Amino acid sequence: MSGPSDYQPSNPALQWIERRLPIFGLIHSSFVAYPTPRNLNYWWTFGAILSFMLGLQILTGVILAMHYTPNADLAFKSVELIVRDVNYGWLLRNMHAVGASMFFVAVYVHMFRGLYYGSYKEPREVLWILGVIIYLLMMATGFMGYVLPWGQMSFWGATVITNLFSAIPYVGESIVTLLWGGYSVGNPTLNRFFSLHYLLPFLIAGVVVLHVWALHVAGQNNPDGVEPKTEKDTVPFTPHATIKDMFGVACFMLLYAWFIFYMPNYLGDADNYIPANPGVTPPHIVPEWYYLPFYAILRSIPNKLAGVIAMFGAIIILCFLPWLDAAKTRSSKYRPLAKQFFWIFVVVCILLGYLGAQPPEGIYVIAGRVLTVCYFAYFLIVLPLLSRIEKPRPVPNSISDAVLAKTGSRSTPMVSTAIVLALAGSLFAGSIDSAKASEGSDTPPGNKWSFSGPFGKFDRGALQRGLKVYKEVCASCHGLSYIAFRNLAEPGGPGYSVAQAAAFASEYKVKDGPNDAGDMFERPGRAADYFPSPFPNEQAARAANGGAAPPDLSLITKARSYKRGFPWFIFDFFTQYQEQGPDYVAAVLQGFEEKVPEGVTIPEGSYFNKYFPGHAIKMPKPLSDGQVTYDDGSPTTVAQYSKDVTTFLMWTAEPHMEARKQLGFQVFVFLIIFAFMMYFTKKKVWADSH
Amino acid sequence: MNPDASTIAAGAPIEVDLSPIAEGQDIKVFWRGKPIYISHRTKKQIDEARAVNVASLPDPQSDEARVKSGHEQWLVVIGICTHLGCIPIAHEGSYDGFFCPCHGSQYDSSGRIRQGPAPANLPVPPYQFVSDTKIQIG
Repeated sequence: MSGPSDYQPSNPALQWIERRLPIFGLIHSSFVAYPTPRNLNYWWTFGAILSFMLGLQILTGVILAMHYTPNADLAFKSVELIVRDVNYGWLLRNMHAVGASMFFVAVYVHMFRGLYYGSYKEPREVLWILGVIIYLLMMATGFMGYVLPWGQMSFWGATVITNLFSAIPYVGESIVTLLWGGYSVGNPTLNRFFSLHYLLPFLIAGVVVLHVWALHVAGQNNPDGVEPKTEKDTVPFTPHATIKDMFGVACFMLLYAWFIFYMPNYLGDADNYIPANPGVTPPHIVPEWYYLPFYAILRSIPNKLAGVIAMFGAIIILCFLPWLDAAKTRSSKYRPLAKQFFWIFVVVCILLGYLGAQPPEGIYVIAGRVLTVCYFAYFLIVLPLLSRIEKPRPVPNSISDAVLAKTGSRSTPMVSTAIVLALAGSLFAGSIDSAKASEGSDTPPGNKWSFSGPFGKFDRGALQRGLKVYKEVCASCHGLSYIAFRNLAEPGGPGYSVAQAAAFASEYKVKDGPNDAGDMFERPGRAADYFPSPFPNEQAARAANGGAAPPDLSLITKARSYKRGFPWFIFDFFTQYQEQGPDYVAAVLQGFEEKVPEGVTIPEGSYFNKYFPGHAIKMPKPLSDGQVTYDDGSPTTVAQYSKDVTTFLMWTAEPHMEARKQLGFQVFVFLIIFAFMMYFTKKKVWADSH
Repeated sequence: MNPDASTIAAGAPIEVDLSPIAEGQDIKVFWRGKPIYISHRTKKQIDEARAVNVASLPDPQSDEARVKSGHEQWLVVIGICTHLGCIPIAHEGSYDGFFCPCHGSQYDSSGRIRQGPAPANLPVPPYQFVSDTKIQIG
């Protein structure tokens, strides 16, 4: 635990090193012989899970940085090229992006565990504060990482968050200029964020070393909150804790893999598949889910400076927790009142997170204010008060006593859980009603897609027909700039041969040059060329289309979505429903109506569309029955065209979807077997210790 | 980490021709990466902006102080919400001015904050009239 180790390696070469640098002794005393309380439960495996996630984030991040271009004009495209062209680039990117979310899932569990079992109390105050510092560094790292893909949410998230500092009196504006390196968020901002995003994880790793050091000096807390007294209270770290942690990591990986392989965009925002545009603010700016509770606190306070102070205060207050809660009993297991309030606090945090994602109006604002008061009251009123008035139940004499008397009473949590669930349910119900009342626009109907679900595959016929519809109809206004002709022959795509793709390419004229005379010239397309865009630049597209530039369609099915709302977004996690984009695109294509309903005014030059937000769309009805001929006898109807072209556009948005789902199945089989092996090994190792 | 020389040079003043902007219309130009709204206000908008009791505003400032005298029809403001930096939408909200979609701040036809979390009016960038139909921003 501390002091010089008496470990001596048996290998003479290792002995030679050990005499000069006692590193093996350090490892042995920290991770092998280190005594760990024998009553630890699975909530204690999250420390190991977090270390694992940090390592994985650094590893995937370093490889991604080899392919990424931190330039405002190229960043968005370079991320798309990573996903499309780099070997297993889609896997690396999903692992890194989902990994950030999983890192926060684990850290929140880890923090709530510390809160419940009083792991911040004497002598572990420094350990706890180091943890809060890691958490702050993680938030900064996560925020800057989210800026790097340079989509709309990246850009506007960066604008909103950096503007928080402008609330500081006197020096605020100059701090913001310093963060931007310019007069607004732009290329210099992206460059410095990339640099810092690469640096901060290593700082986190450094503070983690201090965190583990402090842990090994004070020793681990445990569910009963009594310090180990005799040898009987502890077991050696290896193999006991090691194997248990491995099992924990394996189970956590199952959740992680669920997102990576089956719902990589569930935790993200569709707007981030639209390249950053400093001239257009998305209608609803939402930070990543892990910041939502704090964002809700920020917005619930009507004064700007006070809002910013409250938001940062909500995190900083954690540093003072060891002194706010003066109760001598550590574990909430023996604190009947603290336990109830703990669970209420958990629900408050979750509800704040939900409110952070809602528009700041009506009942949401009021609920946000109430919950913000609850959040601070927990730390400033409830905990100090409880430590004075609460009568804790007697704690066991020692850890081994606690392990032997395991059949204790555990009926009380049920009451508080029921209260809390009822409270949460009624709040949610209220918010759904108000959300329904305020929106009132049509929800796109669900479709049956061949590519949905864990084993979904693209329908090759639909892809080929969709390509035809795109080429003959959409291509006159919409580009498809991330798709190269060679992609048409790649596995998981429309299933053309290489020769067919080359022949398809040669029908196009592609601008090339300059030649030796310095002139640009046109030549027939090659397989490596990308689909040429119908307009030379955005301004030309805008001018030719009455002011509204037709968007590039490569990513459209990922860049469009509609609000699922509570409780659907929870069911979606289990059903793997992630076809909001395709459903929306197919609905818009079929949503044109000649007759404008009463009460809706459509401006000159726009058309009425049932599913388009605001109903006034600049695009005229693009498809009509019989417009495109099909060779395979499929019906030539608008419904069929829409479905085919949407399937095709889903493929252009994610050409490696089939590979993703296929690899996902293999990974799941492996992980389940691995988790079972770890579980039975753990049972065997712990057989004598329980 | 402050702006480098090229960024500062790119932030030099720009000239904008106002003649194509009809009454009731507005344009958005970019200066120093910031959107600048130039509105050709209607008589109604000017009257509304001037009829308000200045002392009752969250950030008291008269309309006269926010436009150049002799050019009352022209409102030039930086289109960045003073709350958290989103771009307000022109001709929206209940005050004939600007509405910020992010957190619901509303500005009037003089770009003054009337409702919502923003603490201050939309700032007026430094500009002057070079001629009757041309301004220089910066």
